[in-house]
Amino acid sequence: MRSFKLLLAGAALVLSLGTAQASEAPEFPRQHWSHDGFFGTFDRAALQRGYQVYKEVCSACHSMKQMRFRNLAGIGLDEAQIKALAAEFETTDGPNDDGEMFQRPSRPSDRFRSPFSNDNAARAANGGALPPDLSLIAKNRKGGQDYVYALLTGYADAPQGVTVPEGMHFNKVFPGHLIAMNQPIQPDAVTYADGTKASVEQMAKDVTTFLAFTASPHLEARNSLGVKVMLFLFVLTGLLYAAKRKIWKGLH
Amino acid sequence: MAKYDYVPSPFMSNPIVKWVDHRLPIFEMVDQQLIKYPAPRNLNYWWNFGSLAGVMLVVMILSGIFLAMNYQPNTLAAFDSVERIMRDVNYGWLLRYMHMNGASMFFVVVYIHIARGMYYGSYKAPREILWWLGLLIFLAMMATAFMGYVLPWGQMSFWGATVITNLFSALPLVGKSIVTWLWGGFSVDNPTLNRFFALHYLLPFVIAGLVMLHLWALHVHGSNNPLGIDAKGPQDKIPFHPYYTVKDAFGLSVFLIVYAYFVFFNPYVLGDADNWIPANPMVTPPHIVPEWYFLPFYAILRAVPDKLGGVLLMFGAIAILFVLPWLDTSRVRSGRFRPAFRVFFWVFIVVTITLGWCGAQLPEGIPLILGQVCTVLYFAHFLVFLPLLGWFERPRPLPASIAEPVLTPAAK
Ligand code: HEC
Ligand code: HEM
Repeated sequence: MRSFKLLLAGAALVLSLGTAQASEAPEFPRQHWSHDGFFGTFDRAALQRGYQVYKEVCSACHSMKQMRFRNLAGIGLDEAQIKALAAEFETTDGPNDDGEMFQRPSRPSDRFRSPFSNDNAARAANGGALPPDLSLIAKNRKGGQDYVYALLTGYADAPQGVTVPEGMHFNKVFPGHLIAMNQPIQPDAVTYADGTKASVEQMAKDVTTFLAFTASPHLEARNSLGVKVMLFLFVLTGLLYAAKRKIWKGLH
Repeated sequence: MAKYDYVPSPFMSNPIVKWVDHRLPIFEMVDQQLIKYPAPRNLNYWWNFGSLAGVMLVVMILSGIFLAMNYQPNTLAAFDSVERIMRDVNYGWLLRYMHMNGASMFFVVVYIHIARGMYYGSYKAPREILWWLGLLIFLAMMATAFMGYVLPWGQMSFWGATVITNLFSALPLVGKSIVTWLWGGFSVDNPTLNRFFALHYLLPFVIAGLVMLHLWALHVHGSNNPLGIDAKGPQDKIPFHPYYTVKDAFGLSVFLIVYAYFVFFNPYVLGDADNWIPANPMVTPPHIVPEWYFLPFYAILRAVPDKLGGVLLMFGAIAILFVLPWLDTSRVRSGRFRPAFRVFFWVFIVVTITLGWCGAQLPEGIPLILGQVCTVLYFAHFLVFLPLLGWFERPRPLPASIAEPVLTPAAK
């Protein structure tokens, strides 16, 4: 009975923590993601399409400083593909023997190239607003990946009575609803190599999957090790419980 | 040294053991304090949380040392160095999530451990110093966790550090100077991060030392027990090994399942999303909240409209625990025999959890008022209810010995 009460108290604690989060009510639905859950794995095809969207659309404004080309092994590219892909971009290297910085094709160990050389340049090109680095965006916003998806698909006409200032755009889920980024994903913004129809929802879903990957590239390793650890612990707990019962039996 | 009828374990007659012990009686100590150590026979599962806390301290120190090998305490490099640990160091994500969620688990365990002590009156004579040492460990843990949270240099690291260190500016006259001294400058910056890292590395070892003293004090009179009565003789006690080693091991295994769940399947849920954004002194997050384990105290801080008053009350909320052995005027230890105390105890638990909830909300409207009511109730528990209960409550009769109700179930 007593233990039961403490359990209740514990449950109350968990609940109160839960409601503490829920009270900042996300006004957007949860999506189904193949990488959610105990056995979740990333959808490789979606990751590759998502990378294409990032590369062809978002990378015009957003950096992704935590990512190196070699990390693209995680979206299913092989070494040769990564090498070829990296070489499409230039990286500043140097200084050379003459003391000059120079441009050379990127290698797999280089970071993704940022579109602007610094934050001020980024602001200047975007009407004063700073496009945030996207490496961790899927976990540094409340609501995570569901929020990012909802944001990308959440552009709409402003309701009556809301005036949208010059350079701003109405978005259903952005805090305050006025965002400096114009709807980044327009229908058929990219042409998918695998023939998937590039609808706004499809591209949003794909790029968000890619952003979930860049935020947690270790997710699959984490899940698969986690399942093994859990199985081990369940067996161990069972054995220890039996041992405890056996040893204590003589006492009572 | 041993105060009980000590019968050495068989391994004690091994010649090598004898040779060593003649020079340094370390095996004898292990045998007396760990293996043959007599513990009350009726300890329930709430007594597991002490050893769990010890395990968590070891886990934190080990994971922390390996993190420190790859971490860079510099404002320009800290955030990226932690990301590098997560992305490029072999099993770095595992180390980091063990450490990050380990801090939460450590606090869960210690809070339950403290609540156990409060319910069963473990702070009462002759265990007051044991209780104090526990509270010192708790304080050192809070300092360690606070400084550790600054290290990854995310938005909450920076702003949390700014808000909490700024509290000291409320002190009259010296306040401002103390804050500058804490920061090593005029804002939270590189010197702050450096010293926090140094102290974050140091304090866990101070905690380890305090734990030794805690155990020393514990082993003078032995564990309290759910009945709260002293052991009357050998029939009331059983050797620690194998009875409590196996019971603790089982409890540990169950606990590890919970811990592993967070580490592997939900590593972000206990933290704040904002801390994955690199610190930026120019952008204040809309809602600065500390980690969940500080929330009840944060709520008390904000319940008082006056800054100095809030700070004093917040520290008072912990300081008051030091005099708890004298505020509780009842001679009966265990809540099991104190019908009225039991009600107040659970009210206190609910009050504390409610404070935690209030701490996570913006300090306005209902959460603010609720926080103020609960702050009053929190202090009333110690200053009004407990002292009076000892006078007005009629405790139920205590059993004659520990062995009696255990061996004759009818008496339960
Ligand atoms: C023309 C430049 C531009 C392009 C292209 C662009 N963005 Fe943005 N983005 C911005 C700017 C500017 C902001 C900052 C908006 C603000 O703070 O009001 C922003 C903000 C964001 C945010 C953060 C919203 C928040 O909660 O703070 C996300 C997420 C985002 N962009 C995703 C994307 C994705 C995904 C793409 C590619 C499909 C993309 N953006 C393409 C300029 C751009
Ligand atoms: C009482 C034990 C300890 C507690 C409660 C504790 C707590 C914490 C917390 C809360 C964080 C922030 C985690 C995050 O949000 O990322 C942290 C980070 C860190 N701690 Fe500890 N810690 C302890 C012991 C240690 C020890 C002994 C070391 C080193 C020897 C250490 C090294 C580090 C390092 C390098 C970081 C930064 C990396 C990171 O943020 O993950 N810790 N600690």
